[in-house]
Amino acid sequence: MQYEGQVRIPSGCAISGMFLRDGRKVNGEPIIRSIATMHDRSNGLGGGFAAYGIYPKQKDLYAFHVFYNSERAKDECERMIRANFDISIAERIPTRRIPQITDEPLIWRYFGLPFRKLLEDRRLDEREFVARFVMKVNTEVRGAYVFSSGKNMGVFKAVGFPEDVGRFYRLDEYEGYGWTAHGRYPTNTPGWWGGAHPFALLDYSVVHNGEISSYDTNRRFIGMYGYSCTLLTDTEVITYILDYLHRRNRLSLKETADVIAAPFWSEIAAMPEDRRRYYTYLRNVFPSLLITGPFSILVGFSGGMMALNDRLKLRSMVVGEKGSAVYVASEECAIRAVEPELDRLWSPRGGEPVIVTLNKGVRA
Amino acid sequence: MGINYNVPEYEVVRDPQRCIACRVCERQCANEVHSYDPKTGKMKSDESKCVNCHRCVALCPTHALKIVKNNDTYRINAQWSNEAIGEIYRQAETGGMLLSSMGNPKPYPIYWDKMLLNASQVTNPSIDPLREPMETKTFLGKKPDHIERDSEGHIRTDNLPPQLKLEVPILFSAMSYGAISYNAHECLARAARALGTYYNTGEGGLHEDFYKYGPNTIVQVASGRFGVHKGYLEAGAAIEIKIGQGAKPGIGGHLPGAKIVGDISRTRMIPEGSDAISPAPHHDIYSIEDLRQLVYSLKEATEYKKPVIVKIAAVHNVAAIASGIARSGADIIAIDGFRSGTGAAPTRIRDNVGIPIELALAAVDSRLRQEKIRNNVSLIAGGSIRNSADVVKAIALGADAVYIGTAALLALGCHLCRTCQTGKCNWGIATQRPDLVKRLNPDIGTKRLINLVSAWKHEIMEMMGGMGINSIEALRGNRLMLRGVGLNDRELKILGIKHAGE
Repeated sequence: MQYEGQVRIPSGCAISGMFLRDGRKVNGEPIIRSIATMHDRSNGLGGGFAAYGIYPKQKDLYAFHVFYNSERAKDECERMIRANFDISIAERIPTRRIPQITDEPLIWRYFGLPFRKLLEDRRLDEREFVARFVMKVNTEVRGAYVFSSGKNMGVFKAVGFPEDVGRFYRLDEYEGYGWTAHGRYPTNTPGWWGGAHPFALLDYSVVHNGEISSYDTNRRFIGMYGYSCTLLTDTEVITYILDYLHRRNRLSLKETADVIAAPFWSEIAAMPEDRRRYYTYLRNVFPSLLITGPFSILVGFSGGMMALNDRLKLRSMVVGEKGSAVYVASEECAIRAVEPELDRLWSPRGGEPVIVTLNKGVRA
Repeated sequence: MGINYNVPEYEVVRDPQRCIACRVCERQCANEVHSYDPKTGKMKSDESKCVNCHRCVALCPTHALKIVKNNDTYRINAQWSNEAIGEIYRQAETGGMLLSSMGNPKPYPIYWDKMLLNASQVTNPSIDPLREPMETKTFLGKKPDHIERDSEGHIRTDNLPPQLKLEVPILFSAMSYGAISYNAHECLARAARALGTYYNTGEGGLHEDFYKYGPNTIVQVASGRFGVHKGYLEAGAAIEIKIGQGAKPGIGGHLPGAKIVGDISRTRMIPEGSDAISPAPHHDIYSIEDLRQLVYSLKEATEYKKPVIVKIAAVHNVAAIASGIARSGADIIAIDGFRSGTGAAPTRIRDNVGIPIELALAAVDSRLRQEKIRNNVSLIAGGSIRNSADVVKAIALGADAVYIGTAALLALGCHLCRTCQTGKCNWGIATQRPDLVKRLNPDIGTKRLINLVSAWKHEIMEMMGGMGINSIEALRGNRLMLRGVGLNDRELKILGIKHAGE
């Protein structure tokens, strides 16, 4: 049988996210409760979480979470890490042995910064250096897979139901201001843990529900810019598109959303002149980054979260607000499970991004 | 029967019970196949002149005529077919090159028919184009490699290199005034305008009556430079440098002096009766760096307001050539496959030179991506696009749009008799004889072209919707939507697709 990465596996899914604009931190328990409510939307073949603000003591260091299939892979990868990064902590990620989660790989994390000298020699900014490093490990080191690489954030994922994955990783022991969660319903067994979501690069993490029909167009385009899709999943390609547009091309998140879920030409034709020019320009310049087919995604990043639906809204997604807390989920029940009394609940239109960030002055 | 008698390929079968000797067939046939015998009061036929254009069959009021393959045969021989033998006889008689028209008719593989499209089931909904927007609009041209912002931080939208906007990813390919008639050009120009796409002047210049269709015209600059002047370059929406043509890669063209009359002479800017000979190469382009100079000369002449297309025939090394062109300043590359049509070409060249467009297109698209320059240019594929499924497959392989030539002529009435070189087109398309030209009614021809492309557009939308794709741009290069059937590993690798069942 082929592992994920050798074969493309479509998935259905549940997603949930919560974000506290006032910077308050909560542990992983509420997000587990939320995603567990949508148990039937996943089939036990993948679950995961992204958490922001969880490593305050190492907040200025990159936190790499890595799966290893073997000691050999670990040795090889660690050699590469130590050759490029000044590592202050290297440790196993703490887990809780539970019967629902089996066949775990070696799961390690490292905190560190790239050597200054290397950055200067290669004339790369720090984030570009780290992104390239992650891409290199994931394509070149067999049996090693970096699944989280941001600062003061972390991804935790596994094959299993999301609520079990959350318990396995002891998420009740972490506190963050932003959480996203994913329950996966792949149509084929992924074979290994790397295929679970969220998918992350630097501090961007994506959880996604849907199957995008533009996949190969997007993949082949983004492949030109050094992003090689090793997992063949939609989520991976979406993450790279976000990185390419938002970080490399410096588009704002709203502008990024306007590229990947662009309005229809018929809508653009009815807009005032300046809007029409703007959208026509973006569609003309980035036609191969338009994403078609159903998707609802939650993008986590340092200090914020974005929710976005495909332009036809072919996947359900609702947003709820209570005070400074914002909740997004595939189903309303997943929000009510953690916050029964909401100030506001709405269903964003297709292609309309909902972007929330920490309030002014709040430091993560 | 002379000793040079060549057995006619086709036989005219006339049903005597139906024929009323109205002589319509006689009047319609410019090849003078039919004649009336006043002695018997019956129609006769000289089949040696018949090209099987079906004009008489289509117009016979009593449906008394049919043209059938002649059963007469030389002794059957798998190596020496009737055709092979007949060609030897013709060349032994004349000492000349064999000439043919339209595309390569030989049974080479048709890769379009060995690729199948995908559709959504369960995991992803198909989209109904009757209920939801389904976008076929696209832009051709170089894309900027970075975003610029104005002083207020807004994205600047005025820094875009010139683009061609297509409402549907189908353009009419180059066919010159001279090779085809005034009326045929008028049909193409008017249809292009109505459809929101473009037609292409070919190498014959632009007739003064058609300057008004300039916004939907691609003006061609070929090796003979016929009809090229500043006003001509400025009239079009884009300029195409024709390096090669799929039907006859590596050779030039020859429009006989007999056809250089009246408006054609004026439009081509050459004296009446002189042969219009296009050299095989451009004599100012002997290498890729020369091409760059011509590209920029044309851009200078038109103040960088028009995209420049470079059209090449699909030949063995097409990917490397395209890669060179993509760095030459060209905005668009048009690749013409070995099955593309022509008004006249040496038969041996037409039938034996060049490679299939499907393989060429896939190789070029892959190469440009490997070299990270796919965004420098758009790709137009042409040379054998027969229907909307071919269009969808071409785009999924990596084309931005397609050129259609033969299909457009068929819509105008062409019956693919492949004898355009005689200038006696009974359908008024590939001829300059006024009595024949007037048979092509520009109003009806325009309407038929619009019908054809509109019908294809509907079919493209249905196929896209089935795949869950609602913008043609999300189909471009989307090779996962294709699967091969009956292809070997090497073919699949070149096409960059999987086999059905994988």
